[in-house]
Amino acid sequence: MADFLISSQQAEIDGPAFLADIKAQGKALWSGFELPTRKSEDWKYTSVAGLKKRDFFKPEALAAARRAGETFSGAELEALTHLPAYEAQRLVFVNGVYRKDLSLLDAEAGVELLTFDDASEVQQALIKSKLNSCFELADHRFAALNNQMIDGGVLLHVSANTAAKKPVHIVNISTQCEQDFAVNQRLLLVLEKSAQLTLVEQFCTTATAQNSFVNSVSECVLAENASLRHYRLQDEQETALHIGAVHASLERSARLNSFYLTLGSELKRLDVSVTYRGENAEAEINGVYLPQNKQHVDVHSCIEHAVPHCQTNEVFRGIVADEARAVFNGRIHIHPDAQKTEAYLSNKNLLTSNKAEVDTKPELEIYADDVRCAHGATVAQLDDLGLHYLRTRGISEKEARVLLSFAFINELLEEIADEQLLAWARSKLTGLFSRDPALTKHLL
Amino acid sequence: MLSIKGLEAKVEEKDILKGLNLEIKPGEVHAIMGPNGAGKSTLGHVLSGREGYEVTSGSVEFHGKDLCEMETEERAREGLFLAFQYPVEIPGVSNMEFLKAAVDAVREHRGLEALDAVNFMKQARSACKAVNLDQAFLKRGVNEGFSGGEKKRNEIMQMMLLEPSLAILDETDSGLDIDALQVVADGVNSLRSAERSFIVVTHYQRLLDYIEPDFVHVLADGKIVKSGDKSLALELEAKGYAWLDGGAV
Repeated sequence: MADFLISSQQAEIDGPAFLADIKAQGKALWSGFELPTRKSEDWKYTSVAGLKKRDFFKPEALAAARRAGETFSGAELEALTHLPAYEAQRLVFVNGVYRKDLSLLDAEAGVELLTFDDASEVQQALIKSKLNSCFELADHRFAALNNQMIDGGVLLHVSANTAAKKPVHIVNISTQCEQDFAVNQRLLLVLEKSAQLTLVEQFCTTATAQNSFVNSVSECVLAENASLRHYRLQDEQETALHIGAVHASLERSARLNSFYLTLGSELKRLDVSVTYRGENAEAEINGVYLPQNKQHVDVHSCIEHAVPHCQTNEVFRGIVADEARAVFNGRIHIHPDAQKTEAYLSNKNLLTSNKAEVDTKPELEIYADDVRCAHGATVAQLDDLGLHYLRTRGISEKEARVLLSFAFINELLEEIADEQLLAWARSKLTGLFSRDPALTKHLL
Repeated sequence: MLSIKGLEAKVEEKDILKGLNLEIKPGEVHAIMGPNGAGKSTLGHVLSGREGYEVTSGSVEFHGKDLCEMETEERAREGLFLAFQYPVEIPGVSNMEFLKAAVDAVREHRGLEALDAVNFMKQARSACKAVNLDQAFLKRGVNEGFSGGEKKRNEIMQMMLLEPSLAILDETDSGLDIDALQVVADGVNSLRSAERSFIVVTHYQRLLDYIEPDFVHVLADGKIVKSGDKSLALELEAKGYAWLDGGAV
């Protein structure tokens, strides 16, 4: 009988030899874990029971998925990403296979962008020293699984005082395959002192039903005064399963500005963690999630204010439609030494159907006495008065609903500084709010 | 144009309108005055089809059609416009998106060609100018962060773009200083024509110095208790509503 846990623990994946220790450590940890159940607080509202009975690690299935990844064409890629003219260094992975021929690499002084397989000795040493350095591996079981499975990870390293001229766009695609298969995505980003970068991570799938399980981990290590704009766009078909994590650590005066777009699927989980390691660092974290049909989205965030004088501003908004369910759990932990912390957390949800559900839990844990913090969560339906107002001007009820729903997240979209990405996100989302283009034509 | 007969309506189980009659012919301006709680605003809400305002008896014909049978948006497309006493703020929808959606819907219903972006902008800009609103307001969220006077002027601007045959102004003058009042009145007066009618709901006679009504009605306890010409408004201003009490009950 197929079983996720057993097959994953037995899976043997060849990776770069220099990572043998990390893989072994991951394997040892993962073997000691159980799959989370609803009894564990972190997974209270998200069941992984759907994973349990499936086998994503059969060697022949993984090999078949890789072959499919190797034959994926450039035309198929353009049809998927909807970012055809995006000016960036682009790295493309299909079913976990690095596709150099579909990638656009434009060597830039001070910017190293390569797969772990191609790492030089110096780069190998960097990877070994920074991998798993910005989060507690023992607290993140799927990250342990990711360690065990590492094969083709990505290293993105920006040297001190270098402002990358072009954004880096990493596209992770899953295609439909006959058998269930797992994709292990790994990114290690290291920004040295005063380095600056815009990073776009995109996850997408072909339009057909998926049998992929993506287990992704992105690590962003920001040295003193480094600055990162990070966009993470999850735009996957609703049968695609994805458990993903983004972990960041910020040294003194580093700045992180991140935006998460997460569409729903049968199982979609996002864990975000930010750890401050030096004073005067700042993180701006914005995100929207939009599950519909019977989809599920679970966003967990944990911000560790371990040092004084840092600032967090975190805003997540969700629109939950049909019979979908969303979970938001945002934790801000202010350690005893973290005086003069400023931390704000807001989570607002809009339910557009009576059967939609959201479970939201913002948490502030404060152990310092001189801090400014606020948090809040709301769950609401569309404003009746706003709806009426639009209709008194001749706008149909259906279009009025679309306008108001879109308005709910539009404010957050405005935080996307990159115009091409903003245009992409708007067109992507307007398509979601209505299957009838007549109802979205007035969204500018 | 509008024929209200024996209209009774309730809100949350409370009877507010109790047999209201009103006939409005094309081109006429009717002022409705009355004490607080008389049902003035309720009339506007009922005519606009707001949820929770239930018509329990009587009839309303608009251009010969049964108004009560129409959805809110149909009423608007048929030519009914309500300028809200408290215009609603809708952050995240720009005034421009909102106005274009409204104008498109109304024009389509009336069998007119859709305005292209250039022509629409032209009209929107000129409407802004007419009500003395900076064009920057077009890019802002609907009524978001507008002052009271700006919201009221935004209502008048919408009216100009939608070209209704009957406009109901629900206390559009409340809280306006003289300059803003003048702007609002100029906007209304510029739209007066032989085909277009207005119902001006107000507390204050002052507005009627600027928008001259053909008829003045006093609404008290859900009914029109007295009608007259504009001199009635002056009389109300001088005497208050107390002298009408006998007639109201």
